[in-house]
Amino acid sequence: MIPSEITQPTDQATTSPRHDPSTLLSIRGLRKRFNLSGNWLEQLHFSKGRLTRRQEYVHAINGVDLDVARGEALCVVGESGCGKSTVARTVMGLISPSEGEIHFDGTRIDQLSAHALLPWRRRMQMIFQNPYASLNPRMTINRILEEPITFHNPSLNRGDVQDKVQEVMSSVGIDPEWGGRFAHEFSGGQRQRISIARALAVDPEFIVADEPISALDVSIQAQVLNLMRDAQQARGLTYLFITHDLAVVEHFATRVAVMYLGTLCELAPRDTLFSTPRHPYTQALLSAIPRLSDGHPTPIRLTGEVPTPVNLPSGCVFHGRCPYATARCREDIPALKTYGDARVACHALEEGRL
Amino acid sequence: MALLDVRQLDVRFSSRGKAVQALRGIDFSLERGERLGIVGESGAGKSVAAFSILNLIAHPGFIAGGEITFDGHHLNRMSERQLRKIRGDRIAMIFQDPMMTLNPVLTLGAQMIECLKAHRRISTREARQIALDKLNLVQIPSPERRLDQYPHELSGGMRQRIIIAIALLLDPDLIIADEPTTALDVTIQAEIMALLTELCDTQNVALMLITHDLGVVSQVTRRTLVMYAGRIIEQGPTREIINDPQHPYTQGLLDALPQMATPGERLNQIPGAMPSLNNIPPGCAFNPRCTFATERCTREVPHFVSTGGTQVACHMVEAMLAKEKAHDTV
Amino acid sequence: MSEETSTADLRAQMPGAWARFRKSYLLYSFKRDPVAQLCLLIFIIITIAAFGAPWWAPTDPYDLTGIDIMNSELPPMWLDGGDAAFPLGTDAQGRDLLSTILYGTRVSLLIGFGAVAMQCVLGILFGLLAGYFGGIIDATLMRLADIQLSFSTLMVAILVGAIVKASFGNLMFGQVALILLILIIGIAEWPQIARTVRASVLAERSKEYVDAARVMGFRAPRIMFRHLLPNTLSPIFVIATVQIANAIISEAALSFLGLGMPETQPSLGSLIKSGFDYIQSGAWWITLIPGAVLVVLVLVINLLGDWLRDVMNPRLHKG
Repeated sequence: MIPSEITQPTDQATTSPRHDPSTLLSIRGLRKRFNLSGNWLEQLHFSKGRLTRRQEYVHAINGVDLDVARGEALCVVGESGCGKSTVARTVMGLISPSEGEIHFDGTRIDQLSAHALLPWRRRMQMIFQNPYASLNPRMTINRILEEPITFHNPSLNRGDVQDKVQEVMSSVGIDPEWGGRFAHEFSGGQRQRISIARALAVDPEFIVADEPISALDVSIQAQVLNLMRDAQQARGLTYLFITHDLAVVEHFATRVAVMYLGTLCELAPRDTLFSTPRHPYTQALLSAIPRLSDGHPTPIRLTGEVPTPVNLPSGCVFHGRCPYATARCREDIPALKTYGDARVACHALEEGRL
Repeated sequence: MALLDVRQLDVRFSSRGKAVQALRGIDFSLERGERLGIVGESGAGKSVAAFSILNLIAHPGFIAGGEITFDGHHLNRMSERQLRKIRGDRIAMIFQDPMMTLNPVLTLGAQMIECLKAHRRISTREARQIALDKLNLVQIPSPERRLDQYPHELSGGMRQRIIIAIALLLDPDLIIADEPTTALDVTIQAEIMALLTELCDTQNVALMLITHDLGVVSQVTRRTLVMYAGRIIEQGPTREIINDPQHPYTQGLLDALPQMATPGERLNQIPGAMPSLNNIPPGCAFNPRCTFATERCTREVPHFVSTGGTQVACHMVEAMLAKEKAHDTV
Repeated sequence: MSEETSTADLRAQMPGAWARFRKSYLLYSFKRDPVAQLCLLIFIIITIAAFGAPWWAPTDPYDLTGIDIMNSELPPMWLDGGDAAFPLGTDAQGRDLLSTILYGTRVSLLIGFGAVAMQCVLGILFGLLAGYFGGIIDATLMRLADIQLSFSTLMVAILVGAIVKASFGNLMFGQVALILLILIIGIAEWPQIARTVRASVLAERSKEYVDAARVMGFRAPRIMFRHLLPNTLSPIFVIATVQIANAIISEAALSFLGLGMPETQPSLGSLIKSGFDYIQSGAWWITLIPGAVLVVLVLVINLLGDWLRDVMNPRLHKG
């Protein structure tokens, strides 16, 4: 249904894509459904005199193809329920995809066993949204940081591990002398630094950050964003950065992927996206950022309700709220097409109506 | 006379037998139909300020001093019964989470009618008509049907519209909105903010908007208070504060926003974090994080000085103004 | 790099475990709760008195040679006919009641603690497995728990007791009775702990620190025991306290019915039972005094459990 025409024709989507050394992570035809119906007893329904088994799914991701190039910061933006966090969690192997493939540095990783995945675990790490839940409340900071290091480097002696912990703590701006403290003794911003330190402790090359600053105060957001940028420059990191905040995207991203209801609508370099947003949804999203300056254009008002991912609309997922929707949009699912250096999935754009 | 006048409000929270000060004597007032923004980071005391106006501070907290006057009534000297009449009727409140206001087991119609009948002597039929009018006012599609729906059948944006309709039910003079759009998506947030602004103008309702988002404040409000560690540190017309902030904290807060930076560059960060309530530094509470701090800032609490339309509590600004004045007189 | 909050201040108070305890809310609220203090004091006195019985009990009730049948049914010393050698009087066999109660309380406490330790081992293991893995493992273990709970402790005890007595005889039963009661009460009541553990594991598992551990590649046992278990300890602590009281009551009930401790090594329950036949003949003290000890013991444990539950409920306080 969704042609993965980024690098290859559709029929090759299931085979391993030819590995391009500049691509670190590639996602092919990713789909994820969550079963809503509970166990099999709860699935039984009695209707019209017959006992039937009914299953309902949340369609969180509906065919996403995405490549993350080495050294870039790819931001995935979208509103709540668009599946952006599910993409992050699927990439990290926290949930397994219903369909599709995930390749890391040329190797397919989505079917690997927990044991076979271990070498990849230290190359890809994750930073979480909630600094109050992402650190184990019963562990001291030293233990939180030591555990991954000793686990992935069993040969290191105690002194080496200590050195590594100190190094990684100072690199995120936490005084190593505080290592004997517990997470609750730190402020939100400091906890997020420790969370970043934990991810950096195993020297990864790829970091998935799932809304890492949305739980933080404005002045602290800047500190954490700067820290992430510094770490990227110092260690040559690649980021997959999930956020709903377009102002952050404009600042942090090199490339932006806009998602709506589990589907990619637009994929473009940052400057292109912010100067010439092409997809009607991207345009609405950009116009809705609360700007400080006066004299900004009034936000594009979208009509209609956001559909639930349980009953996906037919055709283009955005047609219910799109001012340019036609009959074709209600039937055909648009494919990503290239326009300049952007890739957009929109019939109106393709037909030149936009 | 101002609609709402708050003088020297002092709110404390007791914890393990000791009281910490959440609001350390704040003064502000609000005119009829005015839209006022209160901004600050978490721990600044902005929500406490809003909650204390209706005496909704929960148990370990209490109002230790100060005067809250609303339309001639001294709210903090009222009995709970008198206060209940003001609440909802003259002052309505909108929370961040709509489900704090909505009862999940009652239909929206039932809740709106109950609310009306509690404050007005009217029939169910009349109450239903008023509820419908208000739903139309907040531009909800097919309002008739909504009255028979339960809160969980609606999306987040729709719920927040319902909350606004409920807030408007009794034609209040003041709406206090505590982070009303923080839980919403940007596109929905833009709609709700536009709606709230429009309704305040057409219905002549004053709005007190509590938020951490300077973008929202800049789009909705006319006047802004900036709070830090339980005090107001800067207040004045919103545009002046956004375009020409005087206090180093306000400047830092605005500079730290990603939209103020050149894309791809480092953001201008304020070092450190807001102090916790039981550990507020003496003098100006911002002094440990302030690049302009002098010895005086660690000793003396700054008082408001006026510059243009804004009032700023900062020794540095005061000194600068004094120098300018001296220069002018020479 | 920026320093958040005041560095010097944080460094000045580097905490050790003891310093943390001294600053904890647990200790703070204990200091301000006279009921909890009194309960803990009584509990400690009873426990020390019971476990130190061999040192200060006037006689050894297990030593059959020291018993004189002529001393049977003597009233407590403050009543007419009382004997200062038997402060609380004697039972029907002429044993000193004070010594018997001390030894009996020891047996009751041993069974209480032993059974709860057994419940905790089973409950924590099954609760962690069910909560962490979910799905079919969860369903199986929890149905097993339901089935277990629908057999009352009494039924399990009758079954096991009957089988052991039939196969090994009464004498042998007397020797293993203590272990057997611990096993019976432990097995019959583990689902209480398992359900509590499972519920808090479910709550904890959705937190991001568990995801972080999974992303690190840690294996399930490590995540369960090193990351999840420490965070479920507070509810386990609370329910285990209450379960000690329940186990002591269960043991007393079983012994009263003749399914528990034999009269040669009496627990509080078998003491109550042994005196029951003599209430009519006026020797009320043989039943009522051990009964009062049982009530006080169970009451203080339950009050302590209530206090712990209030203190450890994060919704009731912050910090």
